[in-house]
Amino acid sequence: MSTPIRVTVNGQPVEVPAGSSVAAAVARVAAHSRRSVRGEPRAPLCGMGVCFECRVQVDGVAHVRSCMTPVSEGMQVRTDD
Amino acid sequence: MNAGSYDLIVVGAGIVGASCADAAAAEGLRVAIVEPGPIGGGATAAAMGHLVAMDDDPAELALARYSLRQWEGFADLPEAEFSRCGTLWVARGETEGAAIATRMARLAAGGVEAHAIDAQNLYELEPALAPGMYGGMLVPHEAVVYPPRVARYLVQRAQTRHARLYAGRSVQRLTHGGVMLDDGTPLHGPTLLATGCALPELLPQLPLRPRRGHLVITDRYPGLLRHQLLELGYADSAHGDADSSVAFNVQPRPTGQILIGSSREFGATDTAVSPAMVQRMLERAFSFMPVLRGLQALRIWTGFRPTTPDGLPYLGAVPGRTDVWVAAGHEGLGVTTALGSAQLLLDLLLGRTPAIDPAPYAPARMSA
Repeated sequence: MSTPIRVTVNGQPVEVPAGSSVAAAVARVAAHSRRSVRGEPRAPLCGMGVCFECRVQVDGVAHVRSCMTPVSEGMQVRTDD
Repeated sequence: MNAGSYDLIVVGAGIVGASCADAAAAEGLRVAIVEPGPIGGGATAAAMGHLVAMDDDPAELALARYSLRQWEGFADLPEAEFSRCGTLWVARGETEGAAIATRMARLAAGGVEAHAIDAQNLYELEPALAPGMYGGMLVPHEAVVYPPRVARYLVQRAQTRHARLYAGRSVQRLTHGGVMLDDGTPLHGPTLLATGCALPELLPQLPLRPRRGHLVITDRYPGLLRHQLLELGYADSAHGDADSSVAFNVQPRPTGQILIGSSREFGATDTAVSPAMVQRMLERAFSFMPVLRGLQALRIWTGFRPTTPDGLPYLGAVPGRTDVWVAAGHEGLGVTTALGSAQLLLDLLLGRTPAIDPAPYAPARMSA
């Protein structure tokens, strides 16, 4: 078993196996990834980068597709953007 | 009264035709609306929806001012998506800045409030502007709307006042006393052509050229941009006669999306996006607002502005024709001036004196 990767999601520390997607890290602690323009919660649907429902902010960059992005050490993730 | 007989047949349901149909129905006229495509699906759908007073031509300013007062009646209408973001004209250097005093004087004479903005103020208003700008001019009460939705609202409101919509139908030809639809249905009554770029198909005697534009819309980045921003050199691009030009013109949508313009091309008839033109337009935008470079664009599309030789719309009776009227050729200001155009046209149609002088917009000027 490889060393887990430590990231934060909305400031909360999360550990996931190396190679995990950001979406997997988010799923550990947050119920959803983003909100629609009318404020409805959204979560990953397709898991392959097509639906854009999994978007989160990663290290200050908005609208990153969390299902397509592998975690890296110290990454700061924010949901609800 | 016969079926197929109307007090006014409005051909075209873009923002201008929809405004005319709405105004006519509100007067109690029996109105027909003929639209082959979606409501507001032409230039209206490729418009930024910026309600702006352009001051470089007195007649254009008069029509804009007259119309902007009527737009205030839509400020609380959810369908309009009215957002009073104000217009901030940006001067990159002293040369552009030197134009501010003149423009403020012209706007003030037209009753439009505007303030000169120094460099410090400019960055307080829009922190993401590139460093080194000279200053600008703020027109605080200007707003943006969502034009296709307004057009649809106006058509529906006309329908509640018994206007009949001939959806999916086009006018094959003008007849004596009306029009013939493409399915062979004759309609009878005074006819108003509000067909934008399609005007020459029915009225080749009124010169009109399509002027292509591109728009880019981004994902949502709330708070990044607060005002509709334009470069002070915008009018040179908008009203110059160059074959192609670009200008910095960006808009915060109420959703947090950013709408990026603007480009102008004569002689381009293809609706396909031109990558070279988009690149030129975006480089212009990035030079004013570098942060835009990192944003995600969702969609790029084109549209065609109906452009008359003198830049003013055709509003009024068509010379040499009985009961044929025109409201077309608004170029890039059709949304701003639609409501005023409709009111002016209805006044002419009903034999009343319009609130502003209609002479500069009379189609007869082309045959003079």
